[in-house]
Amino acid sequence: MRLLKIIATLFVAASLSLGASAVSASEGGELKASHFSFEGLFGTYDKAAAQRGFQVYQEACSSCHAMSLVAIRNLGDPGAPFYDEEHPNASESPVIKAIAAMFTVTDGPDNEGDMFERPAKPSDYFPAPFANDQAARASNGGALPPDFSMLVRARAHGPQYIYSLLTSYEDEAPEGVEIRPGMNYNPAFNGGLIGMPPPLFEELVEYSDGTHASVEQMAHDVVTFMAWASDPKMEVRKRMGWMVMIYLFIFALLMYGSYKAVWRDVKH
Amino acid sequence: MAETISTSAQDPSRRDFIYIATGAAGAVGVGLFAWPLIDQMNPAADTKALSTTEVDLSGIEEGQQIIAKWQGKPVFIRHRTQSEIDTARAVDAAGLKDPQSDEDRLVPNQDGQYEPQYLIMLASCTHLGCVPLGDGAGDYEGWFCPCHGSHYDTAGRIRKGPAPKNLFLPPYQYLSDTLIKIG
Amino acid sequence: MSGYPGYDPKSGFEKWLDARLPIVRLGYDTFIFPTPRNLNYWWTFGAILAVLLMSQIITGIILAMHYVPHVSMAYDSVQHINRDVNFGWLLQPLHANGASMMFLAVYIHMFRGIYYGSYKSPREVLWIVGVMIYLLMMATGFMGYVLPWGQMSFWGATVITNLFSAIPLVGDAVTGWLWGGFSVDNPTLNRFFSLHFVLPFAILGLVILHVWALHVPGNNNPTGVSVKNVDKDTLPFHPYYTVKDGFAIVVFLMVLSAFVFFAPDALNHPDNYIRANPVVTPAHIVPEWYYLPFYAMLRAVPDKLGGVIVMFGAIALLFVLPWLDTSKVRSMRYRPLAKLFFLIFILACIGLGWAGAKSPSDLVFITGANVDGAQTGFTFLWMARILTLYYYAFFMVILPVLGLVEKPKTRPDSIEKSVLKSNAGEA
Repeated sequence: MRLLKIIATLFVAASLSLGASAVSASEGGELKASHFSFEGLFGTYDKAAAQRGFQVYQEACSSCHAMSLVAIRNLGDPGAPFYDEEHPNASESPVIKAIAAMFTVTDGPDNEGDMFERPAKPSDYFPAPFANDQAARASNGGALPPDFSMLVRARAHGPQYIYSLLTSYEDEAPEGVEIRPGMNYNPAFNGGLIGMPPPLFEELVEYSDGTHASVEQMAHDVVTFMAWASDPKMEVRKRMGWMVMIYLFIFALLMYGSYKAVWRDVKH
Repeated sequence: MAETISTSAQDPSRRDFIYIATGAAGAVGVGLFAWPLIDQMNPAADTKALSTTEVDLSGIEEGQQIIAKWQGKPVFIRHRTQSEIDTARAVDAAGLKDPQSDEDRLVPNQDGQYEPQYLIMLASCTHLGCVPLGDGAGDYEGWFCPCHGSHYDTAGRIRKGPAPKNLFLPPYQYLSDTLIKIG
Repeated sequence: MSGYPGYDPKSGFEKWLDARLPIVRLGYDTFIFPTPRNLNYWWTFGAILAVLLMSQIITGIILAMHYVPHVSMAYDSVQHINRDVNFGWLLQPLHANGASMMFLAVYIHMFRGIYYGSYKSPREVLWIVGVMIYLLMMATGFMGYVLPWGQMSFWGATVITNLFSAIPLVGDAVTGWLWGGFSVDNPTLNRFFSLHFVLPFAILGLVILHVWALHVPGNNNPTGVSVKNVDKDTLPFHPYYTVKDGFAIVVFLMVLSAFVFFAPDALNHPDNYIRANPVVTPAHIVPEWYYLPFYAMLRAVPDKLGGVIVMFGAIALLFVLPWLDTSKVRSMRYRPLAKLFFLIFILACIGLGWAGAKSPSDLVFITGANVDGAQTGFTFLWMARILTLYYYAFFMVILPVLGLVEKPKTRPDSIEKSVLKSNAGEA
């Protein structure tokens, strides 16, 4: 019996770690250690960081990177960077309306059959910088800037990977690595050569809350924002998760009590 | 088997309590888990975000009718001629099946004025939900539902046929003289 | 059967219904059923699997209400479920992780069956129906993984369907037939969706046969000794095992919930959050963890057809297992040698899974370096080969031979005696 228990423990542990190792099998370059507010069983998104990250996305990233699965209204949902308790319906929130007004979207066709531009509404999705993947490649030397919507979850160790990528650019490549024209050296990227030029530099954006906009700070903020974009329900999920676990724990205790009561007089 | 079930339980009431508590906890759990299974069929967040539609009325010429879509449903927007308005206002509302004056069928604009030329109604017969024919169809030169023969007048009021009510008005408001927001 | 008087309709209505549709009697006979009194927690996984199957069917029907089986919309519709549908963020990960947990439970259930000899006479058909359920689960899980239409969905489907091209003569015709085109594309996605929807109901049907086949000979038990005296050796399934299974189910649900709420991506591959792209292949194509041992076997053989045969043969062996094992003793509790080889068998399966997750040329351990300075050592390819050999040997050599040469320990005379003895030992 004890043997079986050891086997079972091994089996469960091995299958779970196999699943995990299957994930980490996807390779990359060197990752820097970094920590974020949303990690762990109780982690939540640091709202101030996510708001600054949205600003970084707007000013430094959005001219190449789309975020097509996120609607402007999502910015005001529970757990989102601009959530406002007084406006649980994000579409009615003045902050969200103001953000929507910053965008112009293409709509139509109108009654003449033509497409037309209009100011965005909260229900609109973030407009893409390019009409299609081909246009995006053509404007970026053949490299396709990936969509931000799911990027953090679509990379192994996503937050650390993207943070490292943004902060690891080096002007000089080490001996033996030739930087081809249009490429940049970045040891965090698989292979070391990346098409994207360094997107961040000191004081690229001016934070309204007075935070000093160092490259590391901006990378940290934009990763927080991107993590929210790829997992907008995380806070709701963890909160409910704790309630479910507590309920199941109590229910398990009661079940065990019933089990003991039923079996009390039976030798087994 | 028979000897294993003891009839002389030490504390039967405590046993019953734990059975009842377990059963109750299970029932509560099942009940709570049922809610996500039900609620998932309610309108999703993206659908709810599209619950309003804005329509520019300036492009509709006199005597013309367009069908706008609001929450997936067709909405009649008719730019009525003066004679249509006059016809509608000449009727004594009190004698109608669903008594409403012409002004009851309209919504004032931002300045509190009526814009009687624009009539905005749900394109759904109040009988069984068919889309009525417009552009002066029917005995009262308003709308006519071909399904079961309901006749509506130039204010969309039921005048003849099985429909019980006048054509419903969607909730809408004027954002400017010629721009409305439905919903 | 003095302790099991059977259903006795009391009221007039019960008698009336029983004479017309004896459904209450069916439930009674199913649950007030003589069950060995010494079943341990390894026997709870059947009930856990039943609950998981129902959960998968319910969440699956719901997901099908929102999912769009079209190559241009499948990925977005899964995102829509997670982002916009009410509680979609709960139901979709519950379905995906539920599938993983179902395989975890089914593997424990199967290892339990092997350890305690639950496949032996008179339970051969029970075992074979179980293997059929497992096969259908593999097919269903595979097609379900294709539906989100991410990179791993697409390339997993491409790799697995290409296996059939190894069949001599008709291979290409078969793959074209599976695809409904010249590659994995919209027709493939549509048929996978259809089959993924309907196969669980076939599984449900087989589960009913499985339970039926269980109720003819009754449960095996940890001693492997058959029930001799129903009154002394057994307890009615309800309430004794409903409450025990219920407790185990709740504990297992805690494991499932831990994944769903706190690590929904732990068993998923990040590449599957990238839209399927037929012109870009991921660096490593890895199946879901529960297929990894078979994936390792596939790659262990240098020949394409050979690999496919070895992989499917590994499952085919399970069908004939009742006739490969020659031992008259059911439970390995009394077979010290078999117990040892069984332990190695489990380690081999885990090792195969590990090898399946790695690239075949990766090194398990390093022994040195070659003239170019590259590291040399023991590769996962060779580990997979050795372990595949052991997997086959376990069924085709070890179990047949052990039954003839092994001297089993003394078994208890009856279930009741074994229970009383172990209680005395504990006291």
